[in-house]
Amino acid sequence: MTSPNRPRSFQEIILRLQGYWAQQGCAVLQPYDMEVGAGTFHPATTLRALGQRAWAAAYVQPSRRPTDGRYGENPNRLQHYYQYQVIIKPSPPDLQDLYLGSLRAIGLDPMVHDVRFVEDDWESPTLGAWGLGWEVWCDGMEVSQFTYFQQVGGHDCRPVSGELTYGLERLAMYVLGVEHVMDMPFNDPDAPIPLTYGDIFRQTEQEYSRWNFDQADTEMLFQHFKDAEAECARILSAAAEDSAGRRIPMAHPAYDQAIKASHLFNLLDARGVISVTERQAYIGRVRALAKGCADLFLTTDAAGAPA
Amino acid sequence: MPDLLIELFSEEIPARMQARAREDLKRLITDGLVEAGLTYASAGAFSTPRRLALTVEGLSPASPTTREERKGPRTDAPEAALEGFLRSTGLTRDQLEARDDKKGQVWFATITKPGRPAAEIVAEVLDGAIRNFPWPKSMRWGSGSLRWVRPLHSILCILTDEAGASVVPLDVDGIVSGNTTRGHRFMAPDSFAVTGFDDYAGKLRRAKVMLDADERASEIRSQAENLAFARGWQIVPDEGLLAEVAGLVEWPVPLMGVIEDRFLALPPEVLQTSMKEHQKFFSALNPATGRIEGFVTIANIETPDDGATILAGNQRVLAARLSDAAFFWENDLREAKSGMTAWAEGLAAVTFHNKLGSQADRVARVAALAREIAPLVGADPDHAERAARLAKLDLRSAMVGEFPELQGTMGRYYALEAGEPEAVADAARDHYSPLGPSDAVPTAPVSVAVALADKIDTLTGFWAIDEKPTGSKDPFALRRAALGVIRLVLENSIKSRMIFILITRVGRHLGMLLTSPVAAQRAAVDAVLTDIDSQYRNHVLEEFKDLHNGVLGEDMIAFTQKAADRAFDLLSFLHDRLKVYLRDQGIRHDIIDAVLAQDGNDDLVRVVARATALNDMLATEDGRNLTQGLKRAGNILTQAEGKDGVEYSFGADPKFAETEAERALFAALDHADPAIRAAMEAEDYPAAMTAIAGLRAPIDAFFETVQVNTDNQIVRRNRLNLLSRIREAGRQIADFTRIEG
Repeated sequence: MTSPNRPRSFQEIILRLQGYWAQQGCAVLQPYDMEVGAGTFHPATTLRALGQRAWAAAYVQPSRRPTDGRYGENPNRLQHYYQYQVIIKPSPPDLQDLYLGSLRAIGLDPMVHDVRFVEDDWESPTLGAWGLGWEVWCDGMEVSQFTYFQQVGGHDCRPVSGELTYGLERLAMYVLGVEHVMDMPFNDPDAPIPLTYGDIFRQTEQEYSRWNFDQADTEMLFQHFKDAEAECARILSAAAEDSAGRRIPMAHPAYDQAIKASHLFNLLDARGVISVTERQAYIGRVRALAKGCADLFLTTDAAGAPA
Repeated sequence: MPDLLIELFSEEIPARMQARAREDLKRLITDGLVEAGLTYASAGAFSTPRRLALTVEGLSPASPTTREERKGPRTDAPEAALEGFLRSTGLTRDQLEARDDKKGQVWFATITKPGRPAAEIVAEVLDGAIRNFPWPKSMRWGSGSLRWVRPLHSILCILTDEAGASVVPLDVDGIVSGNTTRGHRFMAPDSFAVTGFDDYAGKLRRAKVMLDADERASEIRSQAENLAFARGWQIVPDEGLLAEVAGLVEWPVPLMGVIEDRFLALPPEVLQTSMKEHQKFFSALNPATGRIEGFVTIANIETPDDGATILAGNQRVLAARLSDAAFFWENDLREAKSGMTAWAEGLAAVTFHNKLGSQADRVARVAALAREIAPLVGADPDHAERAARLAKLDLRSAMVGEFPELQGTMGRYYALEAGEPEAVADAARDHYSPLGPSDAVPTAPVSVAVALADKIDTLTGFWAIDEKPTGSKDPFALRRAALGVIRLVLENSIKSRMIFILITRVGRHLGMLLTSPVAAQRAAVDAVLTDIDSQYRNHVLEEFKDLHNGVLGEDMIAFTQKAADRAFDLLSFLHDRLKVYLRDQGIRHDIIDAVLAQDGNDDLVRVVARATALNDMLATEDGRNLTQGLKRAGNILTQAEGKDGVEYSFGADPKFAETEAERALFAALDHADPAIRAAMEAEDYPAAMTAIAGLRAPIDAFFETVQVNTDNQIVRRNRLNLLSRIREAGRQIADFTRIEG
């Protein structure tokens, strides 16, 4: 059962992915230091998918989806989990092969498994973004999302970025043959102090589930949402030149506020205080922020705009 | 005659788009070739997840030379005219020919277009087809601007004749055509060259690619059935799934697995839906137990362990999915047993439409209406109301949250668990039906009552708030709801004057919308609407008016007028859908129009019975001639009435009849009139048709021998009044002026 190629722990899978994508020439970035719902929200993806500059990055992104909390009891669902994200612009012609190489690197040999690319179009209403691609199935299980970005923040992506997203827990559980996420070895099971995923996250899942569903102060969250929205709008409308006359548009600080608003919306949604009709309106408000940030980013050097 | 082979090799094409794409490829290429002057013997298109292929056999090697002659200006026309002609033809003056024409000498140009070799035309047509391919959704990739469904990697395009195969040179945004392709992504990834279609299909098969989707589908079907048969099981047929799976694999390898015992207590619909939606598994039924106990998954690869790893993986994924389903099912059953009150409360929190209230509001309306309709369809009113109250509760269940397509199906299970009678539980399941033109229509009375109430509430609600379908936009599926009403009414022969229900319902919706100053009158409106029991538009309005004068203020006249207007507008929408429905059954639209012009057209059962009888009569020679006679009578009358400014409607007297034909017509009418009236009253429309058809000969004879417009005014008036009796006889049945031809 245990072949030498098989990883033995959650962290080994992450390390192998890091090593593999570093070898393919990606800049291995660190997670973004804010609460986000998915790896796509990292400015390394959202903003860098815009503009003409070539780009290649890979990183782990801790992600939060408050509504998915199950107090650590569900074998597959977590309100806090990890995504592995790869973004390459322009998308290379052999991106599918590169991706399959990453599966081999973590011990999934496509000659023994059934790997399939099944239609799945990706859309993020809050980011005003969409792309076409697939979910990748391995033996009937979705192990990754594979997307060619077509639009972000309402702007056509030229060139097009190729984005790969691995749901790390689910993928690792499959590779390691674990039934419940909390039982998954986080470090090497033979380490002097072996730790499971549950040793690290069971208690936090409980605490956050309670806070997300029952305790979060909704009035305060509504206020924070308004504050983030207002600050984002203020930054976006600030003059491009500072008091010394230097041209410094502040796309990233503005985008931080958009990320904040998006996460606050997710928290309010988990608390069940946003009605179906209001939902659309909130999503529209976050999208307007993201769009403004995208517009501003496109005027900057990182987007390849002329100085 | 060369053969053409094209293959467009790409990353994975969505399964649902492949069938359409191969037809589009065939159409675009063959149309283009033919338009450019080539001919071909046959063509066939194929698809796999990674390729679209087209073979065209017996293609002409070149297009023929064509000559076109064009007439220009006169030879003595101004110089500018001649220059324009030369520009448009691309010729020089010495290439023109002067010929004599009726009006003098005229320049003629002969434009010769030389034929072009097939390769040149193919390259042009294929380039255009790729650039303008009608994918439902397409994308760009990398730094290019070409659009395709997913990145396009290579183009194979060769023409093969006795001399061998040659590549048709082509460069589409940097993708250069060639004569090579690749096999299966994992089992035979290397590139190889081909010389023609047979060589291509044969080499692909050796490279583990089955080119033909139909062959893949039949391979999947027979292998899956064999696997099931070996265990004494049967595969649950699912053509949609079969077509989809055939579009997900290049080399189908069916593998059979067993569902763990702990999941066998789940309803079969849940097992089937979960396996199909999440994993594209086929369900295997054990006829001995009547349960779904196994599955077949279709892998895309042959492995050294004969699929053991793949099957084990799929089995694991299935177990996780079914654990979720079992968890939902057990929780839902607990809620069902305890009366589903939490679900009912939940419905109040769900907005149905911001102008039409919550789902709970809607359920209350449907329940009241179902109760009202119950006697019409022979249902127990208590059962109908109860069923309507239960029917939407499963929308709040965890299972339906996960699998929306199980709405209704789960409702039935939960209603039974709650101890409801079968008829009520069945209605929870069936009240969404019919969903399409070929979907089965409920026949159980309680189900019919709830199904009708559900659809009528939707239609009248959206009509009340003026959100009607426009063009291709029908976000609330109102056309489908209308067709549902029509099919429920017709297939269950529900005879009712529908306008009454429509007006009162639209009125109630409008009443809900009234704002504060008028809201005080809402109860009064309700009372008015409930009390109305009249059948005709004017009658309804008269009645409203009487009540207004006594009870309600002036604004209520406007209010009721609005309710009636919208209800009649909805009725005419139903009529439009009815026309479409009957046209599909072979009844002409003019015949339906002729019947719809009559009173009582809100009773759809009667409308259809009349239209069918009329349709049958008009299929006979008597019927066609009679129509001519009726129309002729009508035309003469209209003319005379227009000229004389009076309406000829009564007073025809046989004593002023001057000819035998007139007297015979009097006698025939005296005989037919009461027969038609009696038959119509008895709703025996074929008998009415027979009775009126008996007028054909006397009417024909009358028009042959009698001149209506004579100088003798008494005789003329008498004859016009006689014609009006013919018109009246016809009007009892239909408005014959609307019949075409």
